[in-house]
Amino acid sequence: MSGGAQTARLARASGGWLATAARYGVWVAFAALLLALPKIVASGFAITMLSLMGISVIFALSYNMLLGQTGMLSFGHAVYYGLGAFLVVHAMNTITRNALPIPLPLMPLVGGIAGLFFGIVFGSVSTRRGGTAFAMISLGLAELVASSSLILRSFFGGEEGITTNRTKLLRIFDWGFGPQIQVYYLIVAWCFICVLAMYALTRTPFGRMCNAVRDNFERAEFVGYNPQLVRFVAFCLSGFFAGVAGGLAAINFEIVNAGYVGAAQSGSVLLAAYIGGIGFFFGPIIGAILVTWLQVMLSDITEVWQLYFGLLFVGMVIFAPFGISGLLMMHVPLWRAGVLWRLVPAYLLALAAGLVMLTGASLTIEMAYHLSTKAAEGPMMSFMRIPFSAHSFLPWLAAAVLLAGGYFFFRFTLPYVAGAWHDALNRAREREAAA
Amino acid sequence: MLELVLVSTLNGVLYGMLLFLMASGLTLIFSMMGVLNFAHASFYMLGAFFGFQISQFTGFWPALVLAPLLAGVIGALIERYGLRNVHRHGHVAELLFTFGLAFVIEEVVQMIWGKLPADYRIPPSLDFSAFTIFSTNYPAYKMFMLLAAIGIFAALLLVLTRTRVGLIIQASLTHPQMVAMLGHNVPRVFMLVFGLGCALAAFAGVIAGPALVTQSNMAALLGPILFVVVVIGGLGSLSGAFVASLLIGLLQTFAIAVNLSIADVFGWFGIQTNPVPFLSDIWRVTVAQIGPILPYLLLVLVLVFRPTGLMGTRDT
Repeated sequence: MSGGAQTARLARASGGWLATAARYGVWVAFAALLLALPKIVASGFAITMLSLMGISVIFALSYNMLLGQTGMLSFGHAVYYGLGAFLVVHAMNTITRNALPIPLPLMPLVGGIAGLFFGIVFGSVSTRRGGTAFAMISLGLAELVASSSLILRSFFGGEEGITTNRTKLLRIFDWGFGPQIQVYYLIVAWCFICVLAMYALTRTPFGRMCNAVRDNFERAEFVGYNPQLVRFVAFCLSGFFAGVAGGLAAINFEIVNAGYVGAAQSGSVLLAAYIGGIGFFFGPIIGAILVTWLQVMLSDITEVWQLYFGLLFVGMVIFAPFGISGLLMMHVPLWRAGVLWRLVPAYLLALAAGLVMLTGASLTIEMAYHLSTKAAEGPMMSFMRIPFSAHSFLPWLAAAVLLAGGYFFFRFTLPYVAGAWHDALNRAREREAAA
Repeated sequence: MLELVLVSTLNGVLYGMLLFLMASGLTLIFSMMGVLNFAHASFYMLGAFFGFQISQFTGFWPALVLAPLLAGVIGALIERYGLRNVHRHGHVAELLFTFGLAFVIEEVVQMIWGKLPADYRIPPSLDFSAFTIFSTNYPAYKMFMLLAAIGIFAALLLVLTRTRVGLIIQASLTHPQMVAMLGHNVPRVFMLVFGLGCALAAFAGVIAGPALVTQSNMAALLGPILFVVVVIGGLGSLSGAFVASLLIGLLQTFAIAVNLSIADVFGWFGIQTNPVPFLSDIWRVTVAQIGPILPYLLLVLVLVFRPTGLMGTRDT
């Protein structure tokens, strides 16, 4: 959306070639970054995490084809991800058993086709209605598949799931896909292709019609399109890309279980896309990277990380409904006008207040968690490497003071931030008018 | 056979009434604000845990009143300070807010009461068998649940149709601007109805907690069924929600009692085959085993043949 406006503006400013260079340069830089990342962060842990991020970027973008581009809120997107993963595992096992000459890099395509197929089947039922009804239907279908996964054991493998071995398939160029780095390159290649394809799709007339159906269903109908068909096609294509992501996940983990189609998986992709921001194409990419990082890092630091995660999501819905990308794009005009630095002091102040509040809240949560769930371990615990007893009065007082003080400090900084924002915006407008 | 039918009918009606306790609040909130409250089943769970915790100190009967009140107040506060702020960002943001809320409530419940089931027992004063059908002793607590649910409905119906407050609520559902013009505080009415809906769900939790399992995943298990009920009944239709609640309740209870598979049915006609591996699951699975997915199958069927739901007029 914004990318288009940006390139158009660039084209007006400086002829054709610069616009072309900017348009393709972004993608070349993206590809170069993906290839160079393992050289920059060479640790095994980082490469594993990058692989996860690549998968979840595809998944979150495919989800945003529904929510952001076509305005369909789905609570069951993991169905296509999970079924794609299951079909890929079965395909890999069949290929290994019969020694068929099909290499591993083509396997995500199997997942994609599976996602497309189930997208057609379930989409024909669910996309006839939009809004809340569609959301409920998607939830019902997701529960249908998730409950079936525990009944149809020979396909879903019951609770233990189905395993596979990615190294047993036909080798090309002597790549066995044993080491994680080779899997990383496989994921990254598919990630690049999918991101490119999904971006290209938003630039086609079909992509524009999706936006039209999202913004005004009836007008799209009056223009002469069948909006239900547009929704259906968008749904199927989104299922395809979700299936590719699922197939890559199956290859990455070499095991698939009922959790792949479950509600938690559907919820986490919704959270990722929304936190990143559904209004811009690159929003879900940011969201997917951030959420994957949080899932890996936070779960190391604290055992109640899901609570923080949920609070972050609720906070985003209340205070920043356009997500991180929305917040970033708000600052673009200021940055262009060269007045962004004027906001820095106000932001730093608000950040300090926010951190104080966060520390207080987090101390409260950790102490409550320690006293309730880990009561057997005694009252001794540590927070930020400071050991103390959760039974004593002082830590609770500290938490209350930090929380309340941080809150009032934060409330106090808000007018200051708003003032700085309006001041900077006015200056930006003046400069634009002068230029 | 007759015994089975009688007991299953009783259990089915009971389960249906419990579902309707929640579905009615959900439908009221939906008609009022146009948004489905994803966290509705979470208030059912909060009710069960509050009931458990309060009954530890005061016994069951005070908990039966206090726990729904507490949950109702929490619900009203969430409407006032959360949902109302999100309202200006549109329906999707509202739905997502309640979705995040459900997530947070589950985590908080897990944090406070842990992941294992709570030891929430039937009060001793109700722990006897009410009557005996053929050879089955029917517990008095279940009869109490049934009567309590019906009693709540009678009271709710009376309040909604016969009192001044009820009339204002009804008018606010359909003509909020006009009601505001007449000098009533419509946002406060909305807050009260939201709190009332949450309190109803919590009441269902308090009485269902001892009979079913009080655990931190109970909201996640029941939530989707609740939405199935509301969609099958027709979004925004209270009578539709009632019919759908009973339908789902009876369907699930009867399914558990039927131990038949497709293979058995074909077996009666003397057809015996061994289908390919992937299909053999479908071939041999019994109706009792697919009980949990029947509501969702019904949902799909209803959506294919009657997209507005059984009694719905509203196409969102």
